[in-house]
Amino acid sequence: MANNGILQGSFFMDGDTACAEGALAAGCRFFGGYPITPATEIAERMVLRLPQVDGTYIQMEDEIASMNAVLGASWGGARAMTATSGPGFSLMMENLGLGIMTETPCVVVNVQRGGPSTGMPTLVGQGDMMQARWGSHGDYEIIALAPSSPQELFDLTIRAFNLAEKYRTPVLVMTDETVGHMSERVIIPPPEEIEHYPRRKPDVPPSADYLPYKSEPNSVPPMACAGDGYRVHVTGLTHNEKGYPDTVNLDVQQQMLERLINKIQHNKDDIIELHEDQVEGADIVVVAYGISARTAARPIRLAREMGLKVGLLKLVTVWPFAEERIRELAPKIKAFVVPEINMGQIVLEVERCAAGQTETILVPHAGGGLHKTKDVLATIKKFA
Amino acid sequence: MSRQEIRLSGFGGQGIMTAAHILGKAAALFDQRNVTLTKSYGPESRGGASSALVIMADEDIDYPLLTKLDLLVTMSQEAYTKYIGELSSGGLLIIDRDLVQLDQPRDDIEVRSIPSTRIAADELGRKIVANIVMLGFLAANTDAISKDGLKESVLKSIPKGTEKLNISAFETGYGYGSQ
Amino acid sequence: MNEELSNVLISKEHPMDDYLREDRLPHIWCSGCGLGTILTSFVSALQKSGLDRDKVAVVSGIGCTGRAAGYLYLDGFHTTHGRAIPFATGLKLGNPELKVVVISGDGDLVAIGGNHFIHAARRNMDITVICVNNFNYGMTSGQMGPTTPTGARTSTSPYGNHEPPFSVPYLAAASGATYVARWTSLHIRRLEDSILEALNKKGFSVVEIISPCPTYYGKKNKMGSALQQMKYYHENSVIRHGSDPAESGIDLGGEIVVGCFINKDKPTFLDSQKRSV
Repeated sequence: MANNGILQGSFFMDGDTACAEGALAAGCRFFGGYPITPATEIAERMVLRLPQVDGTYIQMEDEIASMNAVLGASWGGARAMTATSGPGFSLMMENLGLGIMTETPCVVVNVQRGGPSTGMPTLVGQGDMMQARWGSHGDYEIIALAPSSPQELFDLTIRAFNLAEKYRTPVLVMTDETVGHMSERVIIPPPEEIEHYPRRKPDVPPSADYLPYKSEPNSVPPMACAGDGYRVHVTGLTHNEKGYPDTVNLDVQQQMLERLINKIQHNKDDIIELHEDQVEGADIVVVAYGISARTAARPIRLAREMGLKVGLLKLVTVWPFAEERIRELAPKIKAFVVPEINMGQIVLEVERCAAGQTETILVPHAGGGLHKTKDVLATIKKFA
Repeated sequence: MSRQEIRLSGFGGQGIMTAAHILGKAAALFDQRNVTLTKSYGPESRGGASSALVIMADEDIDYPLLTKLDLLVTMSQEAYTKYIGELSSGGLLIIDRDLVQLDQPRDDIEVRSIPSTRIAADELGRKIVANIVMLGFLAANTDAISKDGLKESVLKSIPKGTEKLNISAFETGYGYGSQ
Repeated sequence: MNEELSNVLISKEHPMDDYLREDRLPHIWCSGCGLGTILTSFVSALQKSGLDRDKVAVVSGIGCTGRAAGYLYLDGFHTTHGRAIPFATGLKLGNPELKVVVISGDGDLVAIGGNHFIHAARRNMDITVICVNNFNYGMTSGQMGPTTPTGARTSTSPYGNHEPPFSVPYLAAASGATYVARWTSLHIRRLEDSILEALNKKGFSVVEIISPCPTYYGKKNKMGSALQQMKYYHENSVIRHGSDPAESGIDLGGEIVVGCFINKDKPTFLDSQKRSV
């Protein structure tokens, strides 16, 4: 361990632990959560480690409270995170919306399990992907990342914190039980190699004219926190540039919502990360994310051994969706094959963007396990 | 060396998860191989059959779960019954001979046995290190893992003050397997 | 009055100007509502407290009282319904230098936010909670809530409320609060003193303020004009410092026990956490 309390070197650890270590390396100093399988190990690691880096852990009374505490801590100036799974994720939806509306940087990790409802607490699922996009009421954009291994969970947790600060928004890390619970080698680089996007503070002194939600097109306003002297007013109601509620003026609503959406939409090139493997020239492109992108590698390899031209498009960033890339590929290929551990969620996005120019085929899985190699392979072969 | 899949199994309280973690860590950090460890969760971790799968490979591990079990270590009858069918032809079965009766004999696998729990209790005075005795025995019976790496991993994974006991357990198991 | 004389007698500046967001006034509260005087008492207490105003943050939930955070020229957070306390908890832990004050209503704090209220009290989170109790949900035109006295009529208890209410001081005390007081919005000096004590108190301090809602609760229960409702509160309030919070229940038409019920010292969440690690 380096003397600042942050790990450095090679470790053999599970995904949940790697997630916690990634958060700490990213400067997370507050965790508010509620125990839930299969995300509890993240909380357990944080409560052990946060005191070693002068951070604070609190186990809240439920996930509603956890989400609020995270928002509060962020406004107090801390990098803040919570972690949960399906049932808790549902409870967090209310104030995920508050975080989006008030432009509060924070990270929410969902270690997905089988659902709906309490479902399969100890087994894998990817059924919360649309909830991640649309789960809180109202209209908004969201950023969601999907790791395929403990190392990626470490790396993407750091990236989530940086994106949260850069775009002043909650960022979701949509992992799953398999990745969360599997142990693998995780390499933690020295601190100077870890990207750190600092919180942007106002570049004007405090005054009564200060506009905490200044609306420049696609802009992300700097953030004055509580105690900084700016005396900000922050509300979940529709608000003007000053942050004051204005709940009947349609222009204020339009301007505010457009900016909230455009700050993500217009920066998709920066936010969207894709990993492509032999996509150019492929007949079949497998579109997958998280653990399913990893299990897809095997049927893809077997198909290639049979002489088929198959590519893998891995969505590291699931939201915002990589629609331009799907549109670009659609006319060039025979089919998109989409394996996911649900009965068809992200496939709807692929299909929308393919817009009838090619086949879009779901390989569903009801949850609790991973796709069988033969099932994905059979679908690839059928459409190749 | 291409992909190898090893399942460690027994009942809750035998230190199966700890042994699996030590094994995985040895391969990942000391032998520098790619390793994926997955565990059984849920009711099984509360007294019933307990199991962990360690996959080791020089190439990337794409599919992180069982594809072809090469080696089954089992320290309980219940786990033996549950997992013996998974072991692939030509595979190796390692058992605690006092705890497992081979009531489903197969002529397509190799079997090695050790009274690891009895050795831990009688020779070392601590039943709790039966899992480490078993790891030593495993090291002597497979080339999937280096003895030095596994020993190093044991040392790095156990509570301080128990080094002597655990190394003694490991060496006893290894010695038994080398006879 | 001639202009010269008015310049002498009437100050153009209000002594509390600096504490209010003038550009947000006038406020939305009804005439006769207690919230105006309550806000004044809070500002007076804050002035006397000597706290650095840049280090005081106010958090509100939703409802009439929930708007308080928006009128004060402090760092203010107007959160979702019931969630002021967990938000305030995070704020305090994110920056322990802050004095964090929750100002919200009875429905917000002890119905939808009831779980947060009792747990923040249990862990002795170092925040001050000012709970304005008008016995109903005023913002949404007067529905029954967790403090509505049995028998009282509201828009969702047209036959009279058949549920027993919570007593906020009893709930706070039983849950572990270090400071618990109750006043009505008429006891402005005593209220101010209590808020000052609460602000200076380490730990989870609660001041409940009984406030008239002439527009809904008062009207539905035939309490007369705002003035008559205030008169009722005035005449039926009984000051009993140090009395048992279990005896602080409010019956329809009955007496209102006010005063300071609890004032004790115990380690806060952060004190205990630091000690345990």
